Amino acid sequence: MTLSTQAQGTAPGETAVSHGSWRTYLVGLLFALILTGASFWAADTDLVYPAGVPILLGVLAIAQMGIHIVFFLHISSAPDQTNNILALAFGIFVVGLVVFGSLIIMGNLNHTDMPMHEMMQMQR
Amino acid sequence: MTNISSSVDEPLDVPLSLRGPASTHAVVGFGFWLFLLSDIVIFAALFATYAVLSGATAGGPTGAELFDRHHVFAETLCLLLSSFTCGLGSIAAQRGDRQATYGWFGVTALLGLCFLYLEFAEFSTLLAQGAGPTRSAFLSAFFTLVGTHGLHVAAGLIWLVVMLAQIATLGLRPMVQNRLFCFALFWHALDIVWVGVFTIVYLGATP
Repeated sequence: MTLSTQAQGTAPGETAVSHGSWRTYLVGLLFALILTGASFWAADTDLVYPAGVPILLGVLAIAQMGIHIVFFLHISSAPDQTNNILALAFGIFVVGLVVFGSLIIMGNLNHTDMPMHEMMQMQR
Repeated sequence: MTNISSSVDEPLDVPLSLRGPASTHAVVGFGFWLFLLSDIVIFAALFATYAVLSGATAGGPTGAELFDRHHVFAETLCLLLSSFTCGLGSIAAQRGDRQATYGWFGVTALLGLCFLYLEFAEFSTLLAQGAGPTRSAFLSAFFTLVGTHGLHVAAGLIWLVVMLAQIATLGLRPMVQNRLFCFALFWHALDIVWVGVFTIVYLGATP
């Protein structure tokens, strides 16, 4: 189907060109393989400064998720994909809130609360 | 897919409010996309739990002592390749080519089974070592997160078998096409979650 025939946007995963889009999947697979290989390499390597490895792993993972979203789920910034991209943005927002919110709050509690064994010693 | 929703041939200058309802295909896809995002929010909560508890080993084994990266790499390859064959299966289904659809989705199911087998093997090794979910908060969080993903893959495999049966009995009619399309979205989303799992759980476990 052509994009102009869409009345109210397209579904995620729907490609504008139905034929020959196996190339999209192939490109996505190649990118994903390279990024996966890079992740497993980065986890074991001595070439990268050790404190920087988690950041590198994070960047590689986010890049690979992006590759999957673009090449496998076919989410794009086309005007008829506005609904899908807005839902995705909201999803990422909630995920970020849950993950980083939990980490910050629990880290803060670990920092301010006294460990149990110290508390017991003070009560003696 | 051309037969599903190209009936509305409106010029683009018609205002959005006057264009009428969206095609079934677009509505189904969008609804399923919302479900997937909410599913990913569930996984986000489990990831947050794992991240908070990953150091709470209660004197038991740590992740770096337990996890085998070669094993995880094999699991990753299975899931990634199955995502690829699932994409090729969707294209074959759109073309209406039944044999190719069976073939590619069959390979997808086999690779998914391989993944589940590897995961079961890993879990049983851990349990045999006494590192079950009851050993420490870290292992509880690990089994919950990775197990939930594994359950999703198992559910996806059952769905895939049902879809193959529906292609056999109902043919590749638009209704079946829509369901296959939702299955493909589900399967690709599971692969995205797995990227988070292998990065945070397995590669993040440093000695």
